[in-house]
Amino acid sequence: MQKSEKKNTSANREFAVIVYCFIGLFLCTMGYFAYFQFAKSEEFINNSYNTRQEKFAETVIRGNIVSADGQILAETKTDEEGNETRVYPYSNLFSHIVGYATEKYGRSGIESWMNFNLLRSNTFFLEKTMDKLTDEKSPGDNVITTLDSSMQTAAYMAMGSYRGAIVVMEPATGKILAMVSKPDFDPNTISENWDWIVADENAESLLVNRASQGLYPPGSTFKIVTALEYLREHPDSYQEYAYHCSGSIQVENSKLSCFSGEVHGDVDLRQSFVKSCNTSFANIGLSLDRARFGKTCRDLLFNQSLPVEKLDTSKSSFVLAEDSSTSEVMESAIGQGKTLVTPLHMLMIVSAAANDGALMRPYVVDSVQSDASGIVKQYQASSYGNLMTKEEARILQEYMRETVESGTASRLKGMSYQAYGKTGSAEFGTNKGDSHAWFVGYAHREDKEDIAVAVIMEQAGIGSTYAVPAAKYIFDTYYQ
Amino acid sequence: MSSVICEVSKYLMIILFSFYTWDCFSVFLRKTKEGQAIIFHRQNVWLFMLHLTGYLVLFEQTKNPKLLLFFGVQVIFFRIVVNSYRLLYEHAAQLLVNNMCMLMAVGFLILTRLSYDKAVRQFVIAAVSMVIALGIPFLVKKIRFIRKLTWLYAVVGLGALMVVAALGATSYGAKISYTIAGITIQPTEFVKIIFVFFVAGMLHQSTEFKHVVLTTCLAAAHVIVLVFSRDLGGALIFFVVYLVMLYVAAKNPFYFIGGLAAGCAASAIAYRLFAHVRVRVVAWQDPLSVIDNEGYQICQSLFAIGTGGWFGAGLNQGQPEKIPVVEQDFVFSAISEELGGIFSLCLIMVCMSCFLMFLNIAMQLKDSYYKLVALGLGTTYGFQVFLTIGGVIKFIPSTGVTLPLVSYGGSSLFGTIIIFAIIQGFYISRESEA
Repeated sequence: MQKSEKKNTSANREFAVIVYCFIGLFLCTMGYFAYFQFAKSEEFINNSYNTRQEKFAETVIRGNIVSADGQILAETKTDEEGNETRVYPYSNLFSHIVGYATEKYGRSGIESWMNFNLLRSNTFFLEKTMDKLTDEKSPGDNVITTLDSSMQTAAYMAMGSYRGAIVVMEPATGKILAMVSKPDFDPNTISENWDWIVADENAESLLVNRASQGLYPPGSTFKIVTALEYLREHPDSYQEYAYHCSGSIQVENSKLSCFSGEVHGDVDLRQSFVKSCNTSFANIGLSLDRARFGKTCRDLLFNQSLPVEKLDTSKSSFVLAEDSSTSEVMESAIGQGKTLVTPLHMLMIVSAAANDGALMRPYVVDSVQSDASGIVKQYQASSYGNLMTKEEARILQEYMRETVESGTASRLKGMSYQAYGKTGSAEFGTNKGDSHAWFVGYAHREDKEDIAVAVIMEQAGIGSTYAVPAAKYIFDTYYQ
Repeated sequence: MSSVICEVSKYLMIILFSFYTWDCFSVFLRKTKEGQAIIFHRQNVWLFMLHLTGYLVLFEQTKNPKLLLFFGVQVIFFRIVVNSYRLLYEHAAQLLVNNMCMLMAVGFLILTRLSYDKAVRQFVIAAVSMVIALGIPFLVKKIRFIRKLTWLYAVVGLGALMVVAALGATSYGAKISYTIAGITIQPTEFVKIIFVFFVAGMLHQSTEFKHVVLTTCLAAAHVIVLVFSRDLGGALIFFVVYLVMLYVAAKNPFYFIGGLAAGCAASAIAYRLFAHVRVRVVAWQDPLSVIDNEGYQICQSLFAIGTGGWFGAGLNQGQPEKIPVVEQDFVFSAISEELGGIFSLCLIMVCMSCFLMFLNIAMQLKDSYYKLVALGLGTTYGFQVFLTIGGVIKFIPSTGVTLPLVSYGGSSLFGTIIIFAIIQGFYISRESEA
């Protein structure tokens, strides 16, 4: 009897193993379910394909979108008959970043990314129940942005009547203070004007947020990247670089000239950067290891999605292969050729340099708050990691500083703040001389956070003449 | 007012289901039969209250008088099921009966919300199945020759699978159903049971190496036919069930580990060979990036689960109909959306409780043949639950299997009720032996 009992227990050992395995499977499934609800569900709920969001609008009044300095950027007004209108007090000023929310034509910008949060109500439970009893709508949660209304106004003014984009952010936190894209539209009347806005003959692509989605040739601003690659390949001897600029460079059948026929004479790496000498940089480009150059660009987030949440971004592209032609190599080294970037991406590279190499993820939503219960969700600054070493960042800082002191960005010299930057005049299309004006850079003064700025003005002309004053206006406003 | 009823009932149903689930496990803390009987009775109270609340909400919203009649018939049905087991079989495992009723009740409720006609059909099949199933424990006790028909099981099982593979109708990329005389059946649901009897018969005879090889070949034949019918979920279930049974019968962990390794290799090959396997994996890795095609279904499922949140949207307040084949493979998502995440977690625990009961009974059995059969059926059930729920929440790639007793589908429902009845039969015969 005892023997058979023993046999029975040992026979059940395998059963026990199976039971534990399956309990494990079930618990993992439950764990994943909980993980999904806590951590992953928001990404799915906010997806524009999720039609369930509309349902919330039946019981909740869409919340407000508010700037960091407390200005209302979007609110819903209800008239006596209960009709709701979405009102944007600043009209065109925040058109792309705040976006629009329409029944018929969908949503964009923060209105789209935060749609679910705006339609969720975290007022008191009792109040919500009372609202249900009386068939009143509950107030939706408010979205507090990192945008600053005075900085946005300054950026908007600085753009003037040009098309293009300006982005302003704090390198140390990744907070976006302003984001302007032109041409713009008035979100208050978007439904009425929709047909005109999207019309084929209207080739201006009004709805595209050029700041994060527009792809432009980087022009000379890309010399930051080329210089960085040279530093990486010659960490100990980069100071010994020497080149004689005679205004143009010819290798095989490819010829390339400095901007508007300038001749820079004898230059080292620093002066090549400061004077934005095309021929010297083309010369550098030819000497670089293409595989390593490609890797540096990947490290700097070319050809991949930017690590940014809640902003629709395009991928920048950098194409240089072993079999690329000589002229392609020279063009690429000075930011022409096939290279394309978004203004936000250039800003992120400069911000990383300003921040001693560390990139903070840009973000535009600071928190979600409810009238009754305060902060529902606080978004934190988060680091992506280092794009470059501290030493590399230091050298680039020095070059950008010198560009302001004695180079192409000298209009920023002698202010109450210290400015750093790089200009660019990016040629596009086939017409020689047509160029987009670029400036990327940042400014520092002890008493305030640093701010970084990217400016691109389409077809404006030379960066130092058009984009630098725009940046100056923004810095002046910030530090006044 | 209507929305208040919906809101309050939502929380009430979560509370009732939580109590029920707690009792599924707390019953093992009670040492005496009487103590357990009280808990089983209490579970029935939670069940009927939950069922009543759900149908009240549905009636309040649709004002469809047919619902009241349907509800009444269901109450009678559940009463009969619970009582007839008590009356006919003194020693029945009451927890299994309760869980079976609870899962069916949740299924009827969500199906009524999704499609009244389908719910009625489902109920009719459940009623017919239960009548048949009530006789099974009796048969298990009386008929002793079932263990002698091992080869017949292999022939019938493989034959049925091959007929479907050759002639079956394609639904969502898999050939799984076959229509005879106007009734569409999914033979896989029945072959699953026969297969367990076949494997148990073979391994009970001998676990010598040669014999194991022969058995493995025949089992592999089942799996391969299913793979060619593109029924990936079915193939996986057969595979895992065989592996588990082999491991336990031969008491050799190497069979288990080796089998898993072979399974991984086979999956890798299937991934390279079959486009429909790759599609599922792509949809699993990043569904949002392929939302217009492969990822549509799983994205809709995750929208439903995510938007429902922990407390659910309330019955009729969500949009579960946006999910393709929601009544069948994705019924869990519909439940999660409208009844809430907490409710769903309870549902998983009730399924786990069924599985644990199956294995618990298998362990208590003296007859090693029955032991193996109970183990095989338990594994079939448990693994199917894992596949379907894991699939719809994107924990694992979706394989398109139903949630037993809850999903819409006659073959699945009938097959599962039979499985519960067979296990019940084993349990009863054991009790009367003792």
